[in-house]
Amino acid sequence: MATAAESLTAFEPRITAFVCNWCTYTGADLAGTSRLQMAPNVRIVRLPCTGRIDPLFVIKAFERGADGVIVSGCHPADCHYTAGNYHARRRFAVFRELLDFMGIDTRRVTFSWVSASEGGKWRDVVNETVGRVQALGPFEAYHELAGRQG
Amino acid sequence: MARIGVFVCHCGENIGRTVDCARVADALREHPGVAHSVDYKYMCSDPGQALIKQAIAEKRLDGVVVAACSPHMHEKTFRRACAGADLNPFLCEMANVREHCSWIHEDRARATDKAIDLARTIVEKVKHNRPLQTIRIPVTRRALVIGGGIAGIQAALDIADGGAEVVLVEKEPSIGGHMSQLSETFPTLDCSQCILTPRMVEVYQHPRIKLMAYSEVDAVSGYIGNFTVKIRQKARAVDASTCNGCGACTKACIQRKIPSEFDERLGPRSAIYVPFPQAVPNTPVIDRANCAYFKAKAKGATKAACGKCAEACSRGAIDFDQQDSFVTEKVGAIVVATGFQLYRIGADQPQGLTGYGEYGYGTVPDVIDGLQFERLASASGPTGGKILRPSDGREPKRIVFLQCVGSRDPAKGMAYCSKICCMYVAKHTMLYRHKVHDGQATVFYMDIRAAGKGYDEFTRRAIEEDGARYVRGRVARLYRDGDVIKVHGFDTLSGEPLVLDADMVVLATAMRPQPGIEALAQKLSVSYDQHGFINEAHPKLRPVETNTAGVFVAGACQAPRDIPDSVAMASAAASKILGLFSQAELEREPTVARVDTGLCSGCFHCERVCPYGAVERREIRDRKGNLLKVVAEVNPGVCQGCGTCQATCPSKSVELDGFTDQQIWAEINALAL
Repeated sequence: MATAAESLTAFEPRITAFVCNWCTYTGADLAGTSRLQMAPNVRIVRLPCTGRIDPLFVIKAFERGADGVIVSGCHPADCHYTAGNYHARRRFAVFRELLDFMGIDTRRVTFSWVSASEGGKWRDVVNETVGRVQALGPFEAYHELAGRQG
Repeated sequence: MARIGVFVCHCGENIGRTVDCARVADALREHPGVAHSVDYKYMCSDPGQALIKQAIAEKRLDGVVVAACSPHMHEKTFRRACAGADLNPFLCEMANVREHCSWIHEDRARATDKAIDLARTIVEKVKHNRPLQTIRIPVTRRALVIGGGIAGIQAALDIADGGAEVVLVEKEPSIGGHMSQLSETFPTLDCSQCILTPRMVEVYQHPRIKLMAYSEVDAVSGYIGNFTVKIRQKARAVDASTCNGCGACTKACIQRKIPSEFDERLGPRSAIYVPFPQAVPNTPVIDRANCAYFKAKAKGATKAACGKCAEACSRGAIDFDQQDSFVTEKVGAIVVATGFQLYRIGADQPQGLTGYGEYGYGTVPDVIDGLQFERLASASGPTGGKILRPSDGREPKRIVFLQCVGSRDPAKGMAYCSKICCMYVAKHTMLYRHKVHDGQATVFYMDIRAAGKGYDEFTRRAIEEDGARYVRGRVARLYRDGDVIKVHGFDTLSGEPLVLDADMVVLATAMRPQPGIEALAQKLSVSYDQHGFINEAHPKLRPVETNTAGVFVAGACQAPRDIPDSVAMASAAASKILGLFSQAELEREPTVARVDTGLCSGCFHCERVCPYGAVERREIRDRKGNLLKVVAEVNPGVCQGCGTCQATCPSKSVELDGFTDQQIWAEINALAL
């Protein structure tokens, strides 16, 4: 048991985050300027808007070795481009079920809204996702599958 | 093979303290496609930028990655440096190793690993960057101002005085807005109409202002510098070009007891009316809901039920058959200045709010709101400036004012402070004392917020010189007891409950945006907050711009504002617009979508999702002119670069420059290296 617990704590998940430029990226900048400490497991891919996020990006990230994915943008009604986040929300409502169907544990994917003023919320989203994925362990099943097919 | 230069910044100690910058530069030097990799103390400094320029020339770099702060901070700086060394600026990108790495982590080894990852990711992206050219678009030097209150008037005059043409649209029959209803203004107690009406006449007579009163914006298309606006001119049933404003029709009208909107329902008007004597334009309008002719016609009468106004008009200006007409105007910029309305208890409360019934507005006689008090105090008002009770015309000797009715109350009203009430209530108590020397004004307040030049002195004057009694506390309820209104309140400073007899109660109700603001905001593609106030582009640094380029905001439609604030915003918006118009062509970032017409199958999913209407249809024909197919095309002037079209396109025939699929795939792939 002890060794299992040790290996669990030793596991550092790789998380890819797809965030919009105007809200969440800026919110993450604010977390930085506020010096909010958080887990260093997340790598951000900056996009103009969550509306730009193709669900395939999420699949691809898992395929390339991510253990978890964060998708985050502006709050509803707050989109820099007026409506991009609504399109994203609709798209991901459908996509979530598809993930489940494909055998990707939806607990590995975090969808959230983080505004430019919510540095603290970004830290919480990061830490919470890292913790959750850490508990789930490495996403080896999918990586192996992707590796065999690739 | 790419020849990319990587420049790792220490940002003094900011990055260097937690990230081993030399190790990052070393790791990137080994990365495929990297021709040059160095670290330096301050990349954004002159010598730092010189380092980049020199490397571009000496190492023949075809891409630059600066691992430093957030691109929001210095992307422009480094792109300009690249342009200075004849490298297309859009071949330069930044890896954010400060805000997203060194500042949020303590473990030096892991932070350094992350910084290497982030830099590699951006290197992979830059391999797929294309040189882009700045987009140039023409500018129509003409502005549209929506709303003819003090903010709209100020903006229109400033723009027109600056040499550009203005179209001013006002939905009411006259310009002037709420300011024309006010008696005196704080903190100087100067007469509102005396300072406003000359400005209204100036608008009317200005050679470069086209005034369209009794009109509304119907549709807006286009983009900064090139908007097309469709305006509905509502039918007045009076021909404005022949009417000379003599007023004979209004005297002849048989309907004389319609509550006047201008007098806040405290005085009457006729069915054909000008809202107030100083109205601009001074052309009457027929209120069809109350006119005998139109009422009979709506019921199917074939014979004219009335025509007194037409008989009285010596110029034959009455035109019962007049219809709404539409005018299309081309403008380069738009100012939204639609102003506010008061929170009317019981009448138009926002969804889910039922509060303040206990204050008896609309049910207990002589409980009025602030604008009604303005009309009572105004020399041009229904009482000729005498403070009289609406119920019996008696002079009230005791008036109670309640502040924050609907403001600062997230449970029952609006969470925000309406900002102007503290000041106008103080003004009301002074006006009251100046007119009723033996009267006593009592004010229930939560806090006195009198921040502004001369404002605190003003409220003190109300208390110290004009004898207003201020009670800190809320009123629980009030009711009519015979001739008086019993006001049950609580003094929180003494801790005592309080019951006052009042002859009149004035509620300082919250300021809300005008009804229909959401529909207008959607036509303009500007965002608004949960209360309906228009959002500014940045709360501090871009206070009069909106998130749609070329659309500006002024006055109380953005947040509760007093007159000086509204005027300042209007002048700011006007100066922004004149700045815009001073350019022959506009430049904008070329990060816009473009369609591969060979791949496009013409399903137009992109057209449906585009928030800006930037997707147009183009017919592709062969040499003989036969239609081959209809494809989507993006107007680069309208596109703002959100990329929703690209994620939606089933055939992947739209690409957003700067964030192409190739670039993002490369980033995702790099994360697994």
